Amino acid sequence: MTVAELDSFSLLLVYSAMAVYTLAFVAFAADIARRSAARPVPVEARELVGAGGPAERPRHETAAPAAVRHRAARVGYALTVIGWVLQLGATVLRGVAAGRVPWANMYEFALTGIAVIVGVFVMSRLWRDLTFLGVFITGIATLFLGVATVNVYVPVVPLAPALQTPWLVIHVFVATLAAGFFALGSGLSLLQLLKERRDGGFLRSLPTAAQMEDLAYRVGVIGFIFWTFTLIAGAIWAESAWGRYWGWDTKEVWTFVIWVIYAGYIHARATRGWRGSRSAWLQLIGFGAIIFNYTVVNLYFTGLHAYSGLTTAT
Amino acid sequence: METAQPDDGSGGGPRLGVRGWARFLWRQLTSMRTAIVLLLLLAVAAIPGSLIPQRSADPNGVIAVREENPELVWLYDALSLHDVYSSPWFSAIYILLFTSLVGCVIPRLAHHWRAMRARPPRTPARLSRLVGFQTVAGDACDLDRVDRVLRRRGYRTTRYGESISAERGYLRETGNLLFHISMLGLLLVIGLGSGFGYDGQRLLVEGRGFANTLSSYDSFNRGQWFDDAALKPFAVALDDLEVVYETENPNAVGAPLDFTARVTVTEDGAQRQAQIKVNHPLRVADADLYLISNGYAPRISVRDASGQVVYDEYTPFLAQDNLYTSLGVMKLPDGLEQQVGLRGFFYPTGVQLETGAYASAYPDLAFPVLSLQAFTGDLGLDAGIPRSVYALDTDAMTQIAGGDSGVDALTLTPGQSAEIPGGLGTITFEDVRRYGVIEVHVDHTQTAVFWIIVVLVLSLLASLLIPRRRMWVKATPGGLEIAGLARGEDPTLERAVGDLAERIRHEADGRGQEPMADAPARESTIDA
Ligand code: HEM
Repeated sequence: MTVAELDSFSLLLVYSAMAVYTLAFVAFAADIARRSAARPVPVEARELVGAGGPAERPRHETAAPAAVRHRAARVGYALTVIGWVLQLGATVLRGVAAGRVPWANMYEFALTGIAVIVGVFVMSRLWRDLTFLGVFITGIATLFLGVATVNVYVPVVPLAPALQTPWLVIHVFVATLAAGFFALGSGLSLLQLLKERRDGGFLRSLPTAAQMEDLAYRVGVIGFIFWTFTLIAGAIWAESAWGRYWGWDTKEVWTFVIWVIYAGYIHARATRGWRGSRSAWLQLIGFGAIIFNYTVVNLYFTGLHAYSGLTTAT
Repeated sequence: METAQPDDGSGGGPRLGVRGWARFLWRQLTSMRTAIVLLLLLAVAAIPGSLIPQRSADPNGVIAVREENPELVWLYDALSLHDVYSSPWFSAIYILLFTSLVGCVIPRLAHHWRAMRARPPRTPARLSRLVGFQTVAGDACDLDRVDRVLRRRGYRTTRYGESISAERGYLRETGNLLFHISMLGLLLVIGLGSGFGYDGQRLLVEGRGFANTLSSYDSFNRGQWFDDAALKPFAVALDDLEVVYETENPNAVGAPLDFTARVTVTEDGAQRQAQIKVNHPLRVADADLYLISNGYAPRISVRDASGQVVYDEYTPFLAQDNLYTSLGVMKLPDGLEQQVGLRGFFYPTGVQLETGAYASAYPDLAFPVLSLQAFTGDLGLDAGIPRSVYALDTDAMTQIAGGDSGVDALTLTPGQSAEIPGGLGTITFEDVRRYGVIEVHVDHTQTAVFWIIVVLVLSLLASLLIPRRRMWVKATPGGLEIAGLARGEDPTLERAVGDLAERIRHEADGRGQEPMADAPARESTIDA
């Protein structure tokens, strides 16, 4: 197959993945709708509901039997896995077409980044059941993939000289990995905030706000470690490409800003008066900065990191 | 959590006195709340520097912005908006932050030092309120065995009567302190160390060289404490600059794939050949040499009306786009009857558009075309004001070729000549070479920074990932009570207590000592 054929096959897979993510989104949304529509169960009925549900489920829980209640979520999860496999295929094919790692311009950052975000979500199942984040994650995935294919798609082109280095492989991949964890963490923080505000509807069926906060923190800390590494790898790369490890280039500024926000978040978690919703806001602001860095900074700010691929960089 | 508490009442009294106030302010500054606020402030303060061009990163952008917004120049200057990262307000934030850091770390160092040498704390009277509380079969005779189990798991243990107090994870706090200290170290090393270095830039046309002396640099930035005598004697000549372009991929034809500057280095009386590539700087003496940009330098000669050569030089043109449409300027103050200025474009592969104007179709030299406008009048060189060699001030000049002058611009291909209108002389486009801009960078902080970074990452990992916890095992008439206490973030504490209980039970099993060893995991709790 030629490069162009491989690439169009990759695109086809991206579209398929988008379709499957959309279906997964619908399934997760249905799950949430059902959770919120649930009526408190009369005490007698609870005996029939059976032992399927988690032991610590609140008393006035859902009417639907556990099996049915979770079916939509299970379908959503299965679809997410399928979509993820498709997207992984698309990403790998793109890399094969280009003959290099598939993260060298904005379109490819999006492709790999979303694969990582969804991958972190899919894998988190091995650790915890976070399917209640499914709507958030598949929503992000569908939206971003849509924007990526429509607005920032570029055909395969060779790497600019500055990008021809192993640091591209390490620095950018670790950055997307960090973004994946931050995405999950901010989803948890968002739910934590929602729950603190009004613990009704589907929110009632989720872990407590305090548990959300703990999970969000653990995920966020992993993201922070990766981000620290991103920052350092970027500095080493800048040293070899531009002759200085730190020059306050726009992209460097934003990497720094994000790092400092998350450092603030970690401190906030350890400080009376900042724990709880305030620290959750910090995690959301941090993830907002990640998105901003990827979109607005890449497209509209000038700097040495002219790698959106939308104008052929020198 | 060992967080400083600023609101512990110390600041409330009406008569604080100077020392009281000082202590109060110091407590405020070194509190975690202040640290958070300062961190967030630092994040916010860093942002303007990414919106407004900075002198250090984008000097041309600074000039452009100031020309576009003359009415805002005073504001840019008043707030140092073109030097955000060395501005007083940005410095104030990070100096406060690091002062806070020192004030925070020193007491914690002392505290940690003591904690490392002290015995684990006394066993609380009631364990039942603590994490993972449970009771397993056993009595005081089992404590030795339990002690061994705990030690094997990295706990430091001590006895208080019929109980064991154990603590582990001191490395977490060590890591945390080391992490904060290495950040301080990083700042100091970069701040002080970079004062001893320099960086200079020099544009070299192929075939030319320069020596590492102050006067041969086009631009030179020295650190505060840099001594010009410390410039190491070496010379570098650019033999040739090779650029490889994509030729096959239809979406990227003309995209550069590789830049290689082949140079001859003269050092200690010996010559050697070497290369500089993007991402692969060249080390010469204590300096790193980078290839940071490149372009074309047409060689243009000018003869006066009598045929005498008055100008013959490779003149660097600055690339304006990816196709190397390049802009250049020549100033001829003497030699001709009048002062002449030439300004125009160089196209490595020139194509003529329908309008008659030229454009560049490809970045390599396929069909080089030079198109120049000519001006006569006052070049403004005598006024003593420094002028950029890349800009021509035509305010006091008359255009004699190109533009609205009624005479076509002088359009030349290599080897061609043209008359300068008005019988001033002739101009010849001799040939064209590439040039490269070499940056020479001396930085003595690299090694130190590298090692600090290694420590910083390792200590961060230790501080975020190592759980710090206390564990108590107490012999009571009802069995061995076990419970834990988290010190800092410790999501797996409960499981750890469960594991310990399991282990103790298992050991008892293994030895067959305890007939009642398979008692249920959670026995009824008898609270003493
Ligand atoms: C220069 C800016 C600072 C940065 C980038 C920073 C970064 C961090 C990071 C990443 C952590 C979590 C990792 C660890 O536990 O070591 C942390 C923890 C901590 N920092 Fe800082 N820090 C800064 C300044 C400060 C200051 C000024 C203070 C004191 C007022 C402080 C006190 C603490 C404390 C007490 C912890 C432990 C929190 C916990 O146990 O989770 N930090 N810091």
